[in-house]
Amino acid sequence: MSFNVESYFSDLSGGNPILYYKGSIDSDLINRVLDTVEEKLISSNESPRLRKRVYNVLVESLQNLYHHVGEVPVGFEENTSGKFGFLAINKVADGYRICTGNFIRADETEELENRITRINNSTHDEITELYKFILNHQRISIKGGGGLGLVDIARKTGNKLGYVFRSYDADTSFFCLDILVNGTR
Amino acid sequence: MEPILIEGTPKTPTIKFDSSTGVFEIKGRSIPENSVEFYRPLIDWLDLYKETPNNKTVVNIKLEYFNTSSSKCILDVFKKLETIHKAKNEVEVNWYYEEDDEDMLEAGEDYESIIRVPFKMIEIVE
Repeated sequence: MSFNVESYFSDLSGGNPILYYKGSIDSDLINRVLDTVEEKLISSNESPRLRKRVYNVLVESLQNLYHHVGEVPVGFEENTSGKFGFLAINKVADGYRICTGNFIRADETEELENRITRINNSTHDEITELYKFILNHQRISIKGGGGLGLVDIARKTGNKLGYVFRSYDADTSFFCLDILVNGTR
Repeated sequence: MEPILIEGTPKTPTIKFDSSTGVFEIKGRSIPENSVEFYRPLIDWLDLYKETPNNKTVVNIKLEYFNTSSSKCILDVFKKLETIHKAKNEVEVNWYYEEDDEDMLEAGEDYESIIRVPFKMIEIVE
């Protein structure tokens, strides 16, 4: 039996929201989110360093969704198709928490989890070397940076990548990525 | 060779590649969803330029933001410049970063460690 994705994501990402979105992830949506968040960061008088890190991490998070989301499972919601995802941005004590949620094929979860675990078990210097190795040795794909996105997020934030996989049905899982950007690095 | 002049947008940088002066510039934000499409004309142009390059090529990179898919494309640009440099032509990359933007400085240092072309890191102080 599948669970309620929306309430699950809301509970997981809850806090002091500055932006919450559920729906189609296309280029126009990415532009609108980036503009909105940039304006809010400027009006909140955040330091340029934190502002840039939040913006950079948001770009990678949204483009990860854009390039990599899986098919929406049959029967999830009416009129939902294509690239579908959740985004929540919350103000926290010393920075911002960016959470994304998306469906992923169940047979792809293991590889993704292995990649995240590898990043989370690496020191900052190892992440920097991993970033440079992927940059220099992997071919760019039409889908984006060839696996650089998560490495870049971990490098820029200096924090571990939080994540959860929940089985939705036999073929589909729901993946949440939970990123803290606090400019302390 | 005709220069490449591309106006910047909120997601793509201003490009000025002029073979008559040998001064190239990439400036602004480079965060398109499909970076390969954006950078392909530059790579093709550099393939032609490297056949008869100027004695000295100066490349000014003044990026505010770039995404990871652009980072690969920018590396491809630098690899073309490295080929020009290896053929005994002078090539210099000026990597500009805003005051306190250590992430952008690190990004420049990443390229400097991969590409065998002289880099200058230049802090923009407001």
